[in-house]
Amino acid sequence: MSNINFLKPDRTNLNTFLYLGSFLFFISILDVFLNSFFRLNLTGFLPNFLSFLLPLILGFVGLYFIRIEYSGIKNLDLLNKHINTNNFNAVLSLLIIFIIIKSLPPILSWFVIDASFAGDTKDVCTGSGACWTYIKVWMRRFMYGMYPNAEQWRINLSFVALVLLGSVGYFATDKFKKYLTLYYVVIYPLIAFLFIFFFISGGPVFFDFSYGIIAAILSVIIGFFIPSKFKFYYFLIVPLALYVILKYFLFFEEYIELGKLDGLNWVETGAWGGLSLTFIISFFCLIFCFPIGMAFALGRRSEFPLIRYISVGFIEFWRGVPLITVLFMSAVMFPMFLPEDFFIDKLVRAIIAISLFEAAYVAEVIRGGLQALPRGQYEAAKSLGMGYWKMHIFVILPQALKLVIPGIANTFLALVKDTPLIFVVGLLEIVGMLNLAKTNPKWLGFAMEGYVFAAIIFWIICYAMSKYSYNLEQKYKTDR
Amino acid sequence: MNFKLKDIVPQLITVLAVVLVFGFFTYNAQINMENRGIDFGYGFLSQESSFDVQFSLIEYDGSHSYFRAYLVGLLNTILVSVIGIIIATILGVIVGIARLSPNYLINKFAAFYVEFFRNIPLLLQIFFWYFAALRALPLPQDAEAMFGVFFLTIKGLYVPAFIWQNFNIFFYSIVAAIISIIVIRAHAKKVQENQGKQIPVFLISVGLIFILPLLSFLIGGVRLSFEVPVLKQLATTSFIYEGGVSLPPELIALTLSLSLYTATFIAECVRAGIQGVGKGQKEAAASIGLTPNQVLKLVIMPQALRIIIPPTTNQYLNLTKNSSLAAAIAYPDLVLVFAGTALMQTGKAIEIVSITMFTYLTLSISISILMNWYNKKIAIQEK
Repeated sequence: MSNINFLKPDRTNLNTFLYLGSFLFFISILDVFLNSFFRLNLTGFLPNFLSFLLPLILGFVGLYFIRIEYSGIKNLDLLNKHINTNNFNAVLSLLIIFIIIKSLPPILSWFVIDASFAGDTKDVCTGSGACWTYIKVWMRRFMYGMYPNAEQWRINLSFVALVLLGSVGYFATDKFKKYLTLYYVVIYPLIAFLFIFFFISGGPVFFDFSYGIIAAILSVIIGFFIPSKFKFYYFLIVPLALYVILKYFLFFEEYIELGKLDGLNWVETGAWGGLSLTFIISFFCLIFCFPIGMAFALGRRSEFPLIRYISVGFIEFWRGVPLITVLFMSAVMFPMFLPEDFFIDKLVRAIIAISLFEAAYVAEVIRGGLQALPRGQYEAAKSLGMGYWKMHIFVILPQALKLVIPGIANTFLALVKDTPLIFVVGLLEIVGMLNLAKTNPKWLGFAMEGYVFAAIIFWIICYAMSKYSYNLEQKYKTDR
Repeated sequence: MNFKLKDIVPQLITVLAVVLVFGFFTYNAQINMENRGIDFGYGFLSQESSFDVQFSLIEYDGSHSYFRAYLVGLLNTILVSVIGIIIATILGVIVGIARLSPNYLINKFAAFYVEFFRNIPLLLQIFFWYFAALRALPLPQDAEAMFGVFFLTIKGLYVPAFIWQNFNIFFYSIVAAIISIIVIRAHAKKVQENQGKQIPVFLISVGLIFILPLLSFLIGGVRLSFEVPVLKQLATTSFIYEGGVSLPPELIALTLSLSLYTATFIAECVRAGIQGVGKGQKEAAASIGLTPNQVLKLVIMPQALRIIIPPTTNQYLNLTKNSSLAAAIAYPDLVLVFAGTALMQTGKAIEIVSITMFTYLTLSISISILMNWYNKKIAIQEK
C-alpha cells in the first residue's frame, strides 16, 4: 500500500477513502436520523456545542474523502457530480439533507400520526397533532358556504353537468372540431350561466336579462345572412333595437312566475360560498376577462388615435390600482353611480370588477403577442385582400394567442388566487368561510388546520393549471 | 385630405359611448348625493379625524386631521413595500441562482420553494402567518430573548432602539463616505481606461464606509446607546415590554408573506435572465482567462440584468399593490386607515376611494419611472 495523504484523496487508495468516507457520511446521517426520529443522541457525551456540530463536520469530512474524480464507479461519480462538486456544495447538500430529516418527524406527526380523524366533536382533538375532525365537520360549509344543506345537490349536479359539457372537446370528431371555438366561446358560457342562474340560484326563466340574451342570439342568427358589407352597421344597430322592441313592446312579465323551474327555491347569492363560489367566480371572470382584454389589446394597437388613447387609459388605470380598492369601489362607490331603484347583486358586481381588472392584464399579455408577430404576417394578410377583422381573426390572433399561452395562464392563475379578496364585498368563499369557522366558539383554536386545508386545495388547483398550460404550450409550439 | 367616414365613425362611437357612460354615472351620482344630502368636496381632509391608529411612523392621534391620517396610512404602506421589496429581492436572487445550481439537492429545494409558495393565494398566506403561525408565539412573560435583546412574542417583535447623540454628524459622515466612493469609482474607471491599471475599488470602498463613521464616533462626539426592551407588569396576568422599538405582528406577518410570495416570482425572473445569456458569452469570457467570479460579475450579470429588470419591476409594482391586503389583518395601511375607517366616518365614498386609487396609481407610476430610468441606464448603448 502506498502512502496515504488524508488531505488529498486520490484514486490510488480509492477503497480506503471510499470506505472511510462513506462510513463517516453514514454516521453523520445516522446521528441526525436517530436524533430526530427516536430522540437518541449518539454524541451526548460530548459538550453541547460540539455534539450539535458533529454530524456536519463528520459528513463534510466524509464527503471530502469520497470526492475522487474519475473513480470509475458509476454511482460514486454521479453522486459527486450532483451533490458533491466542491466543499461549498457539500456543506449545502448536507444542510439540506439534515433539514429534511429533522423536519420530517414533526410534520408527519402533525399531519398523520398524532392527528385525529374520527368523531364529530371537538372533544376527540386532544392530541398534539392536527384536528382533521374540524375539517370533516365543517366540510359542507367550506364547500358550499351557507347554501342550505338540502339543496346542495343542485350545486353538485350543475358542476358535474358543466364538467361533462366542458369535456365535449375531447370527444369531438374532426367534422365538429371547427365549431368547437364557437361552442366554447359563446354557447358553453351561456349554458353555464343558465345552469347557475336557473339551477343554483333558482331564478325565474324570464328575467330582465332574458331580453338581452334573446336579442343577442336572434341578431347573431340573422347576422349570418347579412352581406359582409353592412355587417358592421348591422351589429351596431340591430341588437339594441331588438332589445328595445322585446323589452318595451312585447311583454313577457306575465310569464315570469310561470317560467320558474318547478320546486326550486330561490337561494340568494349572499348564501353562496365556499369552494363552489371560488369556482363560479373564477369561471365567469375567466370567460369575461378574455374577450374584454382582447378588445383592449387590439384597441391599444389600433390606428385610430382616440380608440388608442382610451384603451391605454383603461389598461394603465386598472393595472395601477390594487384589486382590493377596485372591489372597495364596486362595494361602496359603484352604487352611487347607478339610478336609485337600480340594484345589481353583489356577486355580479364582484364578477364585473374582477373581470375588468384582470382584462387589463390579459390585454397587456395579448399585446405582447401581437407585437411579437413579424410585420410580414400583417402585410401578407392585407395583400390577400383581407379586412381588419378577417385579418385578425384568421391570421393574426391565432398566432399571437399561441405565443402568449404562458402569459395568459399566469394571468388566469393570478385571477384564481385573487378570488379570496371578495371578502371585501361580503362574499365568503373558502378562505372567508375559514375565517368564519375559526371564530365559532365551539371550534376555537383550529386556524392552522383550516388554512393548511385551503392551502392544499388551492395548491392543487394552481399547480394543475400551470402544468396544463405547460402542456398546452408544448402542444401548440410551432417552429417559426 | 382623404376624409373617410369609416375612419371617423368607430372613433366617434367609442368616444360617445365613453362619454355617455361617464355622463350617466356622474348624473346618477349627483342625484344620489342630493337625495342623501351629501355634498361633494375635499374639505373634510382638514377636519379633525377623531380616530386612533395603532401603529404609525409619524405622530398621530385623534386630534389630527384626516389628511394626517391619510399620511399615516401612506407611510405605513410605503414602509411595508420597501421592507418587502428588499427582502424579496435578496431572497429571490438567491433562490433564482440556486435553481441553476449544478447541485441536485439545492436545485430541487429551490424549485420546491418556488412551486410551493407561488401556487397558494397571498391572502391565504397572510392569514396563515397572522392567525396561525404567529399566534403560536409565546406570551410576553414567557418569551425567551434572542441574542439577549430581541423578544419575539405574540404581541410583536421587540427590538432595541438606537439612541443617538449628534446623529447629524454621523449622517453627514455616511453621506461623505458615499460621495467619496462614487468619486473614487469614477476615477478608477478613468485610470483603467487610460492606463490599464486596476485600483482595488472594492477594498477602498469597504474601508471608507467603515472608517468615516468610525471617525465620527472617535472625534465627532457621536454617541450611540441602546435601549433594550424591558418586561413590565401591568396587572397580574398582563405583561408588556417597555422601551425599544416594537414591531406589531401585523407588520411581521405582512412583510413575511409578501416577501416570501414575491420572491418566488423574482426568482423565476432571475433564472430566466441568467439562462437568457448565451452560453457562448460564458465560454468566451472563460477562454480569455477570467476567473468564474469575474465571468459572473463582468460578463453574465450585466447582460442578465437587462433581461431581469423589466419583469422584476412588475413584481415590485405587484408587491406594492398587494400590500393593500394589509386591510384583511388590520395592519393600518392606506386602505384600512383611509378607505376603511375614514370612509366609514365621513361617508365620502367617491372622494376617498378616488384619492386612494390615485395614490396607488402615483406610487405605481413612480416605481415604474424609477425602474425605467435604471433600465435605460444599463441598456445596450449603441453608438
